[in-house]
Amino acid sequence: MNRYHLLFQRLQQRQQGAFIPFVTLGDPNPELSLTIIDTLVRAGADGLELGLPFSDPVADGATIQAANIRALASGTTRQQALAIVQTIRARYPDLPIGLLVYANITLTPNLDAFYQQCAVAGVDSVLIADVPVRSAQPFIVAAQRAGIAPVLIAPPDASTATLTDIAHCSEGYVYLLSRAGVTGAEQAMAAPTAQTIAQLQAVRSAPPLLGFGISTPTQVKSALAAGAAGVIVGSAVVDLIAAHYHDQQLLVAELTHFVQTMKQATNNHVMPLPLTQI
Amino acid sequence: MTKQSQLPAYFGEFGGQYVPEILIPALDQLEQAFIDAQQDVEFQTQFQHLLKNYLGRPTPLSECQNLPLQAPTGTRIFLKREDLLHGGAHKTNQVLGQALLAKRMGKRRIIAETGAGQHGTATALACALLGLECVIYMGAKDVARQQPNVFRMELMGARVVAVDSGSSTLKDAVNEALRDWTASYHTTHYLLGTAAGPHPFPTIVREFHRMIGAEAKQQLRDRIGRLPDEVIACVGGGSNAIGIFADFIDEPNVDLVGVEPAGKGMTTNHHGATLTAGRAGVLHGCRSKVLQTAEGQISASHSVSAGLDYPGVGPQHAYLQAIGRAQYVTVEDHEALQAFQLLAQYEGIIPALESAHALAYALRRAAQADAPEILLVNLSGRGDKDIDHVRQLLAQGDLS
Repeated sequence: MNRYHLLFQRLQQRQQGAFIPFVTLGDPNPELSLTIIDTLVRAGADGLELGLPFSDPVADGATIQAANIRALASGTTRQQALAIVQTIRARYPDLPIGLLVYANITLTPNLDAFYQQCAVAGVDSVLIADVPVRSAQPFIVAAQRAGIAPVLIAPPDASTATLTDIAHCSEGYVYLLSRAGVTGAEQAMAAPTAQTIAQLQAVRSAPPLLGFGISTPTQVKSALAAGAAGVIVGSAVVDLIAAHYHDQQLLVAELTHFVQTMKQATNNHVMPLPLTQI
Repeated sequence: MTKQSQLPAYFGEFGGQYVPEILIPALDQLEQAFIDAQQDVEFQTQFQHLLKNYLGRPTPLSECQNLPLQAPTGTRIFLKREDLLHGGAHKTNQVLGQALLAKRMGKRRIIAETGAGQHGTATALACALLGLECVIYMGAKDVARQQPNVFRMELMGARVVAVDSGSSTLKDAVNEALRDWTASYHTTHYLLGTAAGPHPFPTIVREFHRMIGAEAKQQLRDRIGRLPDEVIACVGGGSNAIGIFADFIDEPNVDLVGVEPAGKGMTTNHHGATLTAGRAGVLHGCRSKVLQTAEGQISASHSVSAGLDYPGVGPQHAYLQAIGRAQYVTVEDHEALQAFQLLAQYEGIIPALESAHALAYALRRAAQADAPEILLVNLSGRGDKDIDHVRQLLAQGDLS
């Protein structure tokens, strides 16, 4: 049983949605990044979505671009980034951990070696921001060979055919985009349409997590009410890092408060999707 | 199963579509519009009309009268004069083609990236002509050092947005245009400026520049009754090179040579020779050669010519290199500057610094003992934009 499946089962029993924060590994430096991620989990995060820093993150808005730049400027290497994951994995054996990366990173040194490194570090899933489902086959094959769940992104206006392919190719969860554009809290989320949720249900999709533009408890509630199994919140977390990383104590307090508040908003949620066996 | 593109998206292992899922419908729509337009007499008539009566095609083919200075085998150099095209470079050919496609798709807003400002200028003029809204993304550093081109674009009604992320140069301008497009694709066409990017851009850009080689081929046949031995063009993203190569690829006796910028030298990190020194990777939507670190971070490139200062390259060039159909060589900043001055002094033509790279290689080739008889060089642009820069470099006396 994979960790995502077990998580969604636990949450269903508690009638909760999933709250999954995103940060970039190594932001602002490897040491503080570990503290930040540990704080997110202690404060109640149900899982983690972690970015491997990349020089040219085209799917990201200004906030997460800056996080990538801070991580690279502090000299974060792949090895250091994955060492953070490995430490977190050792501390929290049941926690689902996803990686968000860009295609060029996965080709270095080659696909199989990349996914193997992820597996060794304890990663559960990998999502590649610039690989659409029609180009995804070699990545999916390599992921599965290493025992990593491939996750694909479902756009809000995707055709039925595309949604079906994405549902078939994604394991663990489906990353449902709340809106067009790049990541960032400046432009608020839109709740998924009933049609999108129904189409995913019809093809026995893994549970959809909604992302992009989610920064308030109200938005969490409306995402869950519309049928998402949970939310992924990136820029709002990274904004706190950017604002407070010079004051670690304050940063930890702010992150803890934010996660607790957002997690609180996932209560009393009845998951509308049947859980698929993966 | 997953819908694939209609035209081939790959050149061997290179090319493809590596963009966020949300852009795939926009790429499919563009491909469909291109396929339809290629078969539409009305579209072709309008395109040909603009190429002839607005841009000034066909461009002349000029034989160098005094260059090369040293040619042991009597090598002759012919220049395809894209520098005489409206806009000052070959860029305008494909810009007009794509702008017409945008109108065909009902898109009223155009976004584009630009490095030195040549593609931005071409896009701005096409938008002014065709009544389209125009937004140009340009690295903040480039905005600062290319003020005349910024003003030129603004004169023609474009809005120039300075991009302050990453290295604040061309690659970051492409990133920002892609980010814009993920939010605006319903109403906006991304008018990509080179033969790179996700399918169908490399194919569209090649086909809309194909007349460069086709004209030169006919002009040489008419003039000297034969084909060239080598076709030589500079390669940044690779659009002028693929444009002049396209009609010669199936001519087995014609060698194709792409000239990459070696900047301050191939033993330094200050170059832009992606095909020569890069590794297969994914940048800006396609799989091709990429200048990158051992961990897969994209490297900063360098060239004296802004138009060649790019860490990626069009996927068809990576393919032509891999199968041995084209060879790619390098020319350093100082060699390009020397060729720039020689062409001005001996032929009365001031080339773009980009094109001066191709000429520098032709002069090097002509001086070799086994030099062939006929070299065809794509003089892809004129050097007016480079005058101030070259004057400063010459005044500094530091060309290495």
